[in-house]
Amino acid sequence: MKALIQKLVESIGPSGYESNVRELIKTEIGDAASNFQVDPLGSLLVRTGKKTAAGMRVMLSAHMDEIGVIATHIDENGFVRLTTVGGVSPRTCYGGRVIFVSGVHGVIGGDRPDSPTSMHSIEQLFIDVGATSRENCPVKVGDFAAFDRPFLDLGDRLVAKSMDDRIAVAILVETLRALKGKETPHELVFVFSTQEEVGLRGATAAAYGVDPDLGLSVDVTGVGDTPKGAKMEVGLGKGPAVKVRDGRMLADPRIVRWMVDTAEKAQLPYQLEVLEAGTTDAAAIQLARAGVPAGCMSIPCRYIHSPSEMVDYNDVTNCVRLLVELLSHPIELK
Amino acid sequence: MTDLSAFLKELLSLPGLSGYEGPVREVIARTWQPLVDELSTSRLGCLHGLRRGSGSEPRPRILLSAHMDAIGLMVTQIQDGFLRFTEIGGVDPRILPGQQVTVHGRREIPGVVVQPPERLLPPGHGDQPVAMEYLFVDTGLLPEEVQQLVRTGDLISFATLPLELSGETLAGHSLDNRASVAAVTACLDELANTRHAWDVWAVASVQEEETLGGAITSPFDIRPDIAVAIDVTFAKGPGVSDYRGAPLGKGPTLGWGPNIHPALYKAFKELADQLDIPNSMETMPHMSGTDAMGLQIVAEGIPTMVISIPLRYMHTPVELIAMKDVTRVGHLMAEYIARLEPDFIDHIRWDD
Amino acid sequence: MNPKTNSQQAPVLGAEAIALLERLSNAVAVSGDEGEVRAIVLEQVKPHADEVKVDALGNVLVTRKAKTKDALRIMLAAHMDEIGFMLVDEEEGGLYRFATVGGIDVRQLVGKPVWVGKQHQAGIIGARPIHLTKRDEREHSIPLDQLRIDLGLNGKAKVGDRATFATTFRQSGPSLVGKALDNRFGVATLIELLKQAPQNVDLLLAFTVQEEVGLRGVRVAAYAFAPDAAIAVDSTPAADLPMWDGSENSKFNCRLDGGPAIYVADSGTLSDPRLIRHLSQTGDELGIPYQFRQPGGGGTDAGAIHKTRSGVPSISVSVPGRYAHSAVLIGRLADWQNTFNLLHAGISRMNRVLFEQPR
Repeated sequence: MKALIQKLVESIGPSGYESNVRELIKTEIGDAASNFQVDPLGSLLVRTGKKTAAGMRVMLSAHMDEIGVIATHIDENGFVRLTTVGGVSPRTCYGGRVIFVSGVHGVIGGDRPDSPTSMHSIEQLFIDVGATSRENCPVKVGDFAAFDRPFLDLGDRLVAKSMDDRIAVAILVETLRALKGKETPHELVFVFSTQEEVGLRGATAAAYGVDPDLGLSVDVTGVGDTPKGAKMEVGLGKGPAVKVRDGRMLADPRIVRWMVDTAEKAQLPYQLEVLEAGTTDAAAIQLARAGVPAGCMSIPCRYIHSPSEMVDYNDVTNCVRLLVELLSHPIELK
Repeated sequence: MTDLSAFLKELLSLPGLSGYEGPVREVIARTWQPLVDELSTSRLGCLHGLRRGSGSEPRPRILLSAHMDAIGLMVTQIQDGFLRFTEIGGVDPRILPGQQVTVHGRREIPGVVVQPPERLLPPGHGDQPVAMEYLFVDTGLLPEEVQQLVRTGDLISFATLPLELSGETLAGHSLDNRASVAAVTACLDELANTRHAWDVWAVASVQEEETLGGAITSPFDIRPDIAVAIDVTFAKGPGVSDYRGAPLGKGPTLGWGPNIHPALYKAFKELADQLDIPNSMETMPHMSGTDAMGLQIVAEGIPTMVISIPLRYMHTPVELIAMKDVTRVGHLMAEYIARLEPDFIDHIRWDD
Repeated sequence: MNPKTNSQQAPVLGAEAIALLERLSNAVAVSGDEGEVRAIVLEQVKPHADEVKVDALGNVLVTRKAKTKDALRIMLAAHMDEIGFMLVDEEEGGLYRFATVGGIDVRQLVGKPVWVGKQHQAGIIGARPIHLTKRDEREHSIPLDQLRIDLGLNGKAKVGDRATFATTFRQSGPSLVGKALDNRFGVATLIELLKQAPQNVDLLLAFTVQEEVGLRGVRVAAYAFAPDAAIAVDSTPAADLPMWDGSENSKFNCRLDGGPAIYVADSGTLSDPRLIRHLSQTGDELGIPYQFRQPGGGGTDAGAIHKTRSGVPSISVSVPGRYAHSAVLIGRLADWQNTFNLLHAGISRMNRVLFEQPR
């Protein structure tokens, strides 16, 4: 599974420009599914199974897009000014490298700081692509780029840019593969969504289109297990996290119970998550049409929205196991 | 007839935080059962009560929405038997120290919100209000017991019991917005003995304090022709002296602004005046801060009205209302519904 | 075919169109109370439309059918509402407290004449005489709760009435000057597009309400239309002024005389790349000037449209305008004309092939 993860995190797909990732996912799923559809906002919908009397239409969502930057201005010396796509902090930018969807590489520099300790604002940063003038700059205003950082395998711990949320993409692909040939009473719609980082936009439209009976997103969540970190219970390696709430969603308590009970029955590790900021595709699914019971399975992740997001490989494989377990049996919400 | 005061006091004695409205929904369902033709629960947990009208099918529909969820707290971490927590809905941390609460763990555990002494807080804190992240709930139980009984994500609700004050006023937590649930109930009571042409959908909605989840979703399948959000508003009193407050016990406010269809405002205003129900206009220049924000923009859009009950000390455990305002809102809505002609929809126009 | 001839065939926005824009600019339509503009829109669209509807929120929804079968359903949205004020409390002697509606910088309020209510009653927003202010007071903006709308000693309005800046439209050389040109430019553009409607698509025009308070009207309009693709037509700020230190202005958003501003990304929408390509190619091939609005903040009705139902490929095209959300906006007739031309040509060249490739 590490090879799949590496391929996914090293592909480029800033919000709104996810087609590279989408093509890669289709290839990786291969013949594990046959029903593929791309919706008007670019989300990839993969359907398997038939809804039986005891089953539901279940939407699973992992977002393909990643945070990045957009060129806003090319100055007379060929430097590219930028704005952000999604939650990019200037802290993680200076000295970093980006790669444009067009393939152009660049490094991020900044205006001379006001003081040695002050941090650049986004407006004080620029991308140097090696150009010397506006005319020979290969970047146009409106071009999108993602951060560039190779995958790092530390054994149990894996590090990369865009673990948020390619790790969940990998998990859903692996779950699809694992479910192949298995009996499930459900119609499963795997949604690889777009534009999550700019406001759950892909999932909002996809949830309307899919019209599910139940929705589950898979995404990363913050942790409290680093020095002087956030006051939060979740930590790496303690199992996938069952979300109780986040900044914009109260997970359906019946789904929390279902996930917890299933994990305990299958003797799989899990932890409970209360996140005070941020949200996932599940928030959009919950409010689609006349409402959808929704929840979220989270992968604990350190340094979210930096180019070095870290997850624990055991959490990842346990997440796949738990998903397979959850989706193989009739679901009783109580 | 429902004993409104007893019903409301029962509601105020229950939890039912946003997203976890089950306990309060059960009691409302039991009370509405004899007053409606059909009861159902939406996929997000809203209670839908349908009273069929006497008009011929297809009948127009009016939806009354009063949210039943309450604000409160949720456990984020357990440290040496002390509970750290975050809020559900908007809670001012300054009202918390010393509050009696109920922790909903494997069983219900009484607790109290405690403010650590200054020397245990970041240096230089002085007499500044203590942020929520530094407050604890202490249950008095030993750490081992707490570990067994409480988990991350467990709810904490206010334990303040309802309290009758003079002049038929009532205090308690979650009068926002169970006072409005009581008003809708009063309306259903009155309709039980009244002929009405339209179908009436009474909705006790969920998650208003967090996501407007109920208001955004419930109308999608019901597709009402008119929607009315019933909520509470600021009453004049300590901390509220200017135009933003309406007098307590002097009748409901009728909302006016982008969330409200002017033809509905006009209809309710005229009717209230005709019935001698005291009322005042509540200007809502932007959004109403009520279910109406969601109701209005569902699907192809719904003409929406906002009626509010003045309430003091909003989002504290000692909110205060006048019972008279609750019954007035119920009566106004019942009279409005009774007067709805089958073709009233044609009168909800933009008179340009 | 010579592209230049093609663009010359495009209709001209002449005196009549400018007179319409003037009427629209002088009308008062604060978010939630768009009646005055709605009346003008209804009067203008009825002779040219196959279907006209006013919905539950007050949007005007206009359909003009294609001459061909199985045509694309293309939605164009322009908001009718403008920023302004609502009277919230009455004091003695014709004085009223007010709240702002939409994004208004309080520093823009002091010393302005305003129009109040449906009758455009004259009022003013004054300030404390400088003689009575202290130095440290002058270092802060005058807060809203110290300001009043003064209708004069016998002035009478109703709490709940709307008000806005009292600015009368005028032309100045190449420029069009008025209040609320954000977004009467868009409203007028849609009306003109209807009058010269491209025949190849079902044209779905949404004259929307409540854009300035959260894109509320357009949300239900887009749901009702369920279009194949959509364009929000709006006005976007041109911040093409000099920098304080004379350095290169790299934050101009867009420039006057640069032609229509095509959006790539704002805070509400990442434009559909197929539509970005289509419109820029249309401009290139027909010699219609255009510019890319600098990606960044701000938002248009497209932010709500593209998330409607299963998703709608969407983009925004704006007429550049200086000083939006103040008492006066300055735009150029040439930019408006080119916006109209680009939209007319772009829509005329749309077909299903455009959307066959996945985004």
